[in-house]
Amino acid sequence: MSAPGLFALARLVVARDLRLALRHWDQVAQPLIFFVIVTTLFPLAISPALDELRRIAPGVVWVAAMLASLLALESLFRPDVEDGTMEQWTLSGQPLTLMLLAKTVTHWLLTGLPLVLMSPLVGTALGLPSSVWPVLAISLALGTGCLSVLGAIGAALTVAVRRGSVLLALLVLPLEMPVLIFGARAVDLAMQGESVVSPLNLLGAMLLLFLSLGPLAMAAAMRISVES
Amino acid sequence: MSDSSPASAAPPLEVRALHLWRGERHLLRGVDFSLQRGELLQIVGPNGVGKTSLLRCVAGLLPVESGEVLWCGSSIRECRDEYQRALAYLAHANAIKNELTALENLRYAIAIRRQVSNEELTATLERVQIAACADLPARAMSAGQKRRLAIARVLLSGATLWILDEPITNLDARGIALFEECMASHLDRGGMVLTAAHQLLLQGRANVRTLELGT
Repeated sequence: MSAPGLFALARLVVARDLRLALRHWDQVAQPLIFFVIVTTLFPLAISPALDELRRIAPGVVWVAAMLASLLALESLFRPDVEDGTMEQWTLSGQPLTLMLLAKTVTHWLLTGLPLVLMSPLVGTALGLPSSVWPVLAISLALGTGCLSVLGAIGAALTVAVRRGSVLLALLVLPLEMPVLIFGARAVDLAMQGESVVSPLNLLGAMLLLFLSLGPLAMAAAMRISVES
Repeated sequence: MSDSSPASAAPPLEVRALHLWRGERHLLRGVDFSLQRGELLQIVGPNGVGKTSLLRCVAGLLPVESGEVLWCGSSIRECRDEYQRALAYLAHANAIKNELTALENLRYAIAIRRQVSNEELTATLERVQIAACADLPARAMSAGQKRRLAIARVLLSGATLWILDEPITNLDARGIALFEECMASHLDRGGMVLTAAHQLLLQGRANVRTLELGT
């Protein structure tokens, strides 16, 4: 009757969520498709001239990534809260912080990582030179991680609110601005051939900060949402 | 009670002067009860009287506004993890994922609490008579079968205290008889059951009490 260790517990949550995602992969793919479509709208709306597109490309990719991450948040905790699973988790005697962090990491694997992998393609469509791809991918990898954790806190807070998605956007988007600023700045600097160390360092520092304190906020918010 | 052993002197679960307001309504007005090992307490009362709220308070899912819920003598806020490990809660919602099979649902629900073998899982599914659905996605199961799956989770949890909210919803006559049997053997092993039900269960058995709300 021994309880699972912390690592086993996290692995269990990740395995469960990945299995669930496999069973409805069409929903999981939506943010990625959204990301690709939004970024391809810009050449159509502004101009197909690569010179013009290149100037706005970092901003376009980053704003699209932010909105795609927001779109995916709705399905992060809501199904589990609605079917009573989250209630069982809060009553399991296991650390809710760790379980919610594991859920958030899985969520990033399913919605953040595909954006990172897709970014060279999207970057090319917007005229970004291939020399910028690594910086774009790294900044997106760190940045979408930050967005996932920040978003998860917001999702945990608003999960008890019916039709909480607009509230979630109003709550989370302002908090995500620093991530957007440094992420887009890193890509911009890379295009001008300058050093990208400082914005990437800052993104990394933010990710560490959010990863360490975020789960505490998520668990506290989730307890408030469930206990109502 | 003239029990001489000190361990059983204080009841494991004790609720003292519990008050709860929902908005403007003063829902629970000083509820007191205690539960000894091997006892079943059924909360009865009309709809909307606060049965579910009371169970959620006792389970620690609703913050207590005034009064105390004590587990082995200390407040459940202080010994939360220990209390929750001894507790199995069956809510209205079954906590079942439609995309997962019955077996997967049960495994994930139990494995976060304790290590569990496949044999144990299948044996429990057989006990609640849904072994045939083991590899079926839960969306294909009937409401009664899902309830049985949720009951299987409670059986396997290894908890001492069962808090069950309307446990026999959607169960057929055989299912109710089966569930009564499960409860009886849990009580015989020294377990405790707190339930809210419209239909009284285990009538005529010793150590079965009812508490009427709203009088």
